[in-house]
Amino acid sequence: MTVLGIDIGSRSIEVVAMDQGKVVEKRQAPTTFNPVAQLLALLDGLDAGLAVATGYGRKLVQDLDLGFPVETITEIKAHGLGAHHLFPAGRTVLDIGGQDTKALSLLPSGRVGKFEMNDRCAAGTGKFLEYTAQIFQIPVRDFGAYALGGDKPPIINSMCTVFAETEATSLMAQGVRPENIALGLHLSIARRTANMLSRVGLVLPLIFVGGVAHNPCMRQLLSEQTGAVIGETLFIPEEPDMTGALGAALWGESLEAS
Amino acid sequence: MTQEAYREMWENLNLDIAAHDGLLGVLGKFYGDIYMSQKGRLQGMEYLDFVLSEVHGLRIKELQDAKAQGRKIIGTFCVFVPEELALAVDAVQVGLCAGADAGKEAAETLVPRNTCALIKSFIGFKLARLCPYTESCDLIVGETTCDGKKKAYEAFSEHAPMYVMEVPQTKTESARALWKAEVLRYMARLEELTGRKVTAEKLAEAIKTVNARRRALQRLNRLRAAVPAPISGRDVLLINQVSFYDDPIRFTASINTLCDQLEERITAGEGVAPKDAPRVMLSGCPMAVPNWKLPYVIESSGAVIVGEESCIGTRNTRDLTDESGQTLEEMIDALCERYMKIDCACFTPNAERLDNVETMAKDLKVDGVIQYALMFCQPYAHEGIKVEKRLTAGGVPSMSLETDYSMEDIEQLKTRVEAFLETVK
Ligand code: SF4
Ligand code: SF4
Repeated sequence: MTVLGIDIGSRSIEVVAMDQGKVVEKRQAPTTFNPVAQLLALLDGLDAGLAVATGYGRKLVQDLDLGFPVETITEIKAHGLGAHHLFPAGRTVLDIGGQDTKALSLLPSGRVGKFEMNDRCAAGTGKFLEYTAQIFQIPVRDFGAYALGGDKPPIINSMCTVFAETEATSLMAQGVRPENIALGLHLSIARRTANMLSRVGLVLPLIFVGGVAHNPCMRQLLSEQTGAVIGETLFIPEEPDMTGALGAALWGESLEAS
Repeated sequence: MTQEAYREMWENLNLDIAAHDGLLGVLGKFYGDIYMSQKGRLQGMEYLDFVLSEVHGLRIKELQDAKAQGRKIIGTFCVFVPEELALAVDAVQVGLCAGADAGKEAAETLVPRNTCALIKSFIGFKLARLCPYTESCDLIVGETTCDGKKKAYEAFSEHAPMYVMEVPQTKTESARALWKAEVLRYMARLEELTGRKVTAEKLAEAIKTVNARRRALQRLNRLRAAVPAPISGRDVLLINQVSFYDDPIRFTASINTLCDQLEERITAGEGVAPKDAPRVMLSGCPMAVPNWKLPYVIESSGAVIVGEESCIGTRNTRDLTDESGQTLEEMIDALCERYMKIDCACFTPNAERLDNVETMAKDLKVDGVIQYALMFCQPYAHEGIKVEKRLTAGGVPSMSLETDYSMEDIEQLKTRVEAFLETVK
């Protein structure tokens, strides 16, 4: 029987369909202001015996009448499961998503040990990058490559999204190269993230998941800040934003089996 | 709530009637959502539902009647203020709650913005003329437990009849001497206010009254520890909160009745939560009425709270005052002794709290401890780090949360709490 993993995040919705432990389908769409309609469109044509929902919209899914039972787990557990499945050797997971950053330590069994989450504001999340990329009038997906063009990043002190923008603008006015400012902004997130990782007791290998893991500059800085080597002790899935939905689907499979 | 009947009384207390109506509306809704919606509540809880529904009505009327008979009303914010002394001069002591986000903007004109929600709340209630308890007080007793409160009382004293006790911050011999001097100074102030003398006879009786209430709450705490838990943590929190403003003798009798019902439940093997529900202990800052946010989040995520290591919990009830004193002097010494056992985070060092938290977590066989600190509360935030280390070393999972009285972080809290429960199960 097919099980679905559904991850409703603040930015995007992912669906993973699994059958006998094999991923048979993956879908993704932006969350928008109407997540329910987006989800229903994504589920079109998919049939399942069970779904597991995760992410901030998990309760939303549970309240829908989808014609099959829906269980929920938190995104912490989902990312832990997904990351462990992709990279069984990994011991720490970092997820930088649209609005949340989470760090979690994995026990050798793949269970979550300790975890940390960012506070209520958007500091250090994908939202921060999205917001600051606007100042450069660069699409957020190109922002990382652009920042890699910098070589002397200024220190950006403010982690508040609004104040960081002010700081960046005033650095521009002082004539600092924009690529350097962009690099500085990335660095401020990488530092903050490394702190969060050390609070859960960073043990390598580290698995970097969530949408921001697509960003080449964040990958490189994270590697520098943690001493993890990309491909050896720093693992990044091919589709990092699918990890939560994958974990949810895996949980569904384990519920099926029991 | 029969609000009309009390309107005149509220007007005489100079409350802002419109704002007060709003507060009662919110409180009623909140109470309904968080309490009345629980399944399988005990009959004994009806007493508490009644007390709470009449919290601004009947109980205030009782206070006004007591005042008419010449008794004085003493308001307090901390479990350090010895209630025995107030009872010994026939005064009524009420804990002033400070658990809601009311009058925050007004409060921020007297205290800095980065002050904990509890302090802002008691100031806000006063400035917004919302609390009939605050308005009924003849004396409000503060204490120097943390810098925030200490400085806030300076500003507050311009708006309320304030008296401040100096609580020492160490437990050395000289600190004990200071505390005794402060207890005697407070006693003199109460005698002056009421025109009555604290006698050995009166104090002995007061000590018994307060001990009896502590014993009833201790009994409740023993009973709730059963598996499956026979009563929700939310209900026990409410009981502890009510203990601060209800009449002590009536309260003690009601809680003992409730405990009898709990015993029947335990014998019948009935619980409010399934046997295998994760057992959680809360630890940290006090939770004044109507601060029920976190307990609600925890219990609606499937766990049951089986203990509160807090001033609205075991910190207030763990230790009794020795009842064997014969002379006034001996009784005062016994009181001082008892209050100096309080393991508030304001003490340095405060090793006994670490022991107490660990022992309690192990005795209650909890699956995890959730530490609760109000944002900007230095003492508990500092100790949170130490408590977490101690618990981890002892093999007890724990998590620290910092929050305030607003509702904007509720989804975040849910995710954190649920994820924590996933890791301990
Ligand atoms: S935490 Fe400390 S200051 Fe606050 S009520 Fe308890 S004993 Fe008093
Ligand atoms: S919560 Fe903390 S900061 Fe606030 S009054 Fe209590 S001890 Fe002071």
